[in-house]
Amino acid sequence: MTSPDLFSILARTPVPRDLELPLPLPEPVLTVLLVLLFLLHIFFVNLMVGGTILVTFFEILGLRRPRWDELGYEIAKTVTVNKSLAVVLGIGPLLCINLLYTIQWYSANALTGHAWLLIIPLVTIAFLLAYLHKYTWHRWNTGRWKQLHLTIGLISLLLFLAIPVIFLANVNLMHFPSEWAKVKGFFSSLEPGNVFPRYVHFLLASIAIASLFMVGWFGRKSYPIERLEGFTRPGLKRLFLKGTAFPTAAQFIAGPLLLFTLPKVGITTSLYQVILAGASVGLLVTWLLFREIRKSDDHVGNRYIPICFLFSLVVLGMGSGRQIYRQAALSEHKQEIADRTASYESALAEFRATHEATDTEANSKPAGETLFANCAACHAPEIQLVGPSLAEIAEIYAGNPEGIVAWAKAPGKKRPQLPPMPPFNHLGDEALHSIAVFMLEKAGK
Amino acid sequence: MDFPPYYLDHLAGGRLIIGLIASIHVLINHPLAVGAYPLLVFMEWRGHKLNRPDLDQLAYRITFVVFLITTTVGALTGVGIWISTSLFAPFGIGSLLRVFFWGWFTEWIVFISEVILIMWWFLSWKKADTPDKKRKHIRIGVALAIMSWITMAIIVAVLGFMMRPGEWSQTRTFIDAVLNPLYLPQLLFRTSFAFMTGAVFIWFATFFFTKGKQGGARSWVVERLSHVVTVATIATAIFGIWYWQAVPESMQANKSVALLSQQFSHWHDKYQWILGATVITFFLVGVIGVTSGRLLPRWALLIPTFLGIWMLGHFERAREFMRKPWVIGDYMYSNGIREDELAFLQSEGILKHATYVTHREVTPENRIEAGQDVFMISCSRCHSTTGLNGVIEKFTTMYGEESWNDDGMMLFIQNMHQTRTFMPPFPGNEDEAKALAAYIQSLRGTGETLHGAQTVGIRLPEPAPSPPPSPKD
Ligand code: HEC
Ligand code: HEC
Repeated sequence: MTSPDLFSILARTPVPRDLELPLPLPEPVLTVLLVLLFLLHIFFVNLMVGGTILVTFFEILGLRRPRWDELGYEIAKTVTVNKSLAVVLGIGPLLCINLLYTIQWYSANALTGHAWLLIIPLVTIAFLLAYLHKYTWHRWNTGRWKQLHLTIGLISLLLFLAIPVIFLANVNLMHFPSEWAKVKGFFSSLEPGNVFPRYVHFLLASIAIASLFMVGWFGRKSYPIERLEGFTRPGLKRLFLKGTAFPTAAQFIAGPLLLFTLPKVGITTSLYQVILAGASVGLLVTWLLFREIRKSDDHVGNRYIPICFLFSLVVLGMGSGRQIYRQAALSEHKQEIADRTASYESALAEFRATHEATDTEANSKPAGETLFANCAACHAPEIQLVGPSLAEIAEIYAGNPEGIVAWAKAPGKKRPQLPPMPPFNHLGDEALHSIAVFMLEKAGK
Repeated sequence: MDFPPYYLDHLAGGRLIIGLIASIHVLINHPLAVGAYPLLVFMEWRGHKLNRPDLDQLAYRITFVVFLITTTVGALTGVGIWISTSLFAPFGIGSLLRVFFWGWFTEWIVFISEVILIMWWFLSWKKADTPDKKRKHIRIGVALAIMSWITMAIIVAVLGFMMRPGEWSQTRTFIDAVLNPLYLPQLLFRTSFAFMTGAVFIWFATFFFTKGKQGGARSWVVERLSHVVTVATIATAIFGIWYWQAVPESMQANKSVALLSQQFSHWHDKYQWILGATVITFFLVGVIGVTSGRLLPRWALLIPTFLGIWMLGHFERAREFMRKPWVIGDYMYSNGIREDELAFLQSEGILKHATYVTHREVTPENRIEAGQDVFMISCSRCHSTTGLNGVIEKFTTMYGEESWNDDGMMLFIQNMHQTRTFMPPFPGNEDEAKALAAYIQSLRGTGETLHGAQTVGIRLPEPAPSPPPSPKD
């Protein structure tokens, strides 16, 4: 094989036709909805995944010092709520992405098919285990039972860590139609693009966001802090501020890694602008977080609301950056699809225009012959197909078309070696009559 | 033909999986969400009014079970319907979404509130320790019961849309779905079914949480719920019959589906029997419960439950079946071919316009390979090769074990819609019908498994030889 050949095979990008129906909403509106609803969804996913990481971490710490164990339990109680919201809130962005990127999204789903379908049982099992873990916390708390309990927590954590990979694989693969031809099964779908930097970025964000949530959760006045022996409110605030600050600081390594491993197709200056704007707010947040940690007990966490606000801005920046990348990466593919769809639809319209004109002429064709198509699959002039040949039928019904009509309306069972014939009542007497006449005629020839 | 074909050989192409997920979802949603929530709220309310903590405690425990199931398997199978249909019929679900977006969007919002309410209701139960708080708590439960019923009512409307052919293209309003002749009977049927099965579920669960002493919570539940079962059963029977009568009528409106007499009348008869059997057993359970409830052992409750599952399964399958050969009535066939492009494709050939095929044109050398692509496009959404509902099995029933006549097969394929109206018309040209026949003949010999895009990837035609790849800037 010569190298240009190889090249043309490698570079083959499928350009399918789009669905014909128009979108129910203007594209820009759907895009805004997609970004916002997705961020809402991912917020609860972060709380679910990050929360589970914290739960497991504290349960393990708790093996030595029981106070951590109780903290783990308090977090587990939030996870089982947040996970339900994560799931239902996923449907909205799913609807939006299905509409905006019909071809790319469904194609990625199909190419990662088994894994994509496995999401359902995997998430179900993860949820059931999370409940089991939570509701047995104080019952299975000694010796072997504790080990079993911890194991259940670990399995559900592993599931919660694995499931996002499937989603990321899809979100990643949809961006690179030129790579689709190389994908053969889920694992090869992880090769194009940069799934793993994305994954690291996501995990760090999960820990940071879950921790930031815990600052507010344990920090609020109405939380009965006396439940947690050995902890003080400021202590917990500080602890979780650290849990936010360190992973966020680490994003300054993970983020650039993600950005620089992105395939070129979607990189634009506006992407850099948005990401850099987000990152500079991120820098500010990180600085605020570290300052907050060093504050005295009386003041720690006072800036919680502004920090959350700035944090949301960072997340919004990253979320918009994703969308900007996606739009740029797929703009050419979308255009090619639109062109191909348009040329197909116009060829179709042309065909229909000429066809309808001839259609009216064709109506003059003898009705019997056209209608015989209903029977032709099973009855041929000479040979037996599914049913007897026309010759055989003509022998039985010579000069008796009404007999054929009666039979076709309610076929009996005569020939044991043949399957039953379906009834054709729906064609009506008139049509059946002309068919019968035609059959006898044709057999006569 | 514009989406990589996800395909599971041997499993009727994989349709069974959608069916399985959707059935589990309905079987959880109806009895547990629509039926049991209001009954549990009722128990909580009576417990509060009569000052009977044992009733409250029992309601709480059963709610715990319902909570666990609905927020895991229930919620995930709901999402699973999206995921599985997007794999098996992306053209269908993608088009439906463009038409019924607002229906689904509304349903989603209601669903979110349902999830929030169930968590709020269940998780705040023990905190409602004063009469005032208790009253507020009961109100949350009432809101929950209403929301889960509305979720179902919207979904039934969307399903009604899908079955009502033609109309949406002109009007596309929500009210049309509600005016669908099947909407009201279906909604009422599902509601009464939900109460009937939900009540039996609670009754059954009660056996596990109570001791059954005289005047205890169990006898309260048996007495009240057996009345609910009896009344709901009568309602199920009435609305089930109404539905049974409305179906043929509404199918008449759909000219092409009305043609499929045999299969349908078979289903229709069977529905009658299952409905009858289900209603009678539930009714018996209800009446025995009312008159001498303490005698009824717990296993006796399993019989109507299984019958109920069977009935609903049959009901859902038939609903799917009535849609055939359409995925959207009068607009798009089950294999993704639009009604308005059929004649065009039949004259031009589908391979020419498909994306994921190896050859654009049938030649004597590539016939079998091309035929496989034709099969994937036009048959694989309903048939497997050699497995369940496989074409080999189907042709064998028609032609027997001896050699099959190529021309006969071709004729059958080209006329398959006329003879078997639940199948869409063959969308390709004559050469493609020949190629398909050749593929099926060869398949008969080899029995080779056909793989979907999820394992072997996509197939693309060789790039056209003449125009050199124009360098894009
Ligand atoms: C799906 C295949 C199929 C189709 C389509 C079909 N038939 Fe038949 N037909 C059969 C079979 C099989 C028999 C033999 C039945 C038997 O003898 O038990 C048969 C037998 C007959 C007979 C012979 C009855 C007799 O008394 O022996 C007539 C007449 C007939 N068909 C007419 C029609 C007409 C008219 C149509 C179209 C409107 C039609 N068939 C379409 C399969 C078919
Ligand atoms: C909409 C779904 C659907 C599609 C698409 C479809 N079929 Fe069918 N087909 C059916 C159903 C349903 C049956 C009846 C199954 C049964 O026996 O209950 C059937 C039956 C058949 C039979 C047996 C007919 C008889 O008279 O017993 C053959 C042969 C067949 N199909 C071939 C094909 C071929 C070839 C294709 C593709 C060109 C195809 N089908 C596409 C749904 C479909």
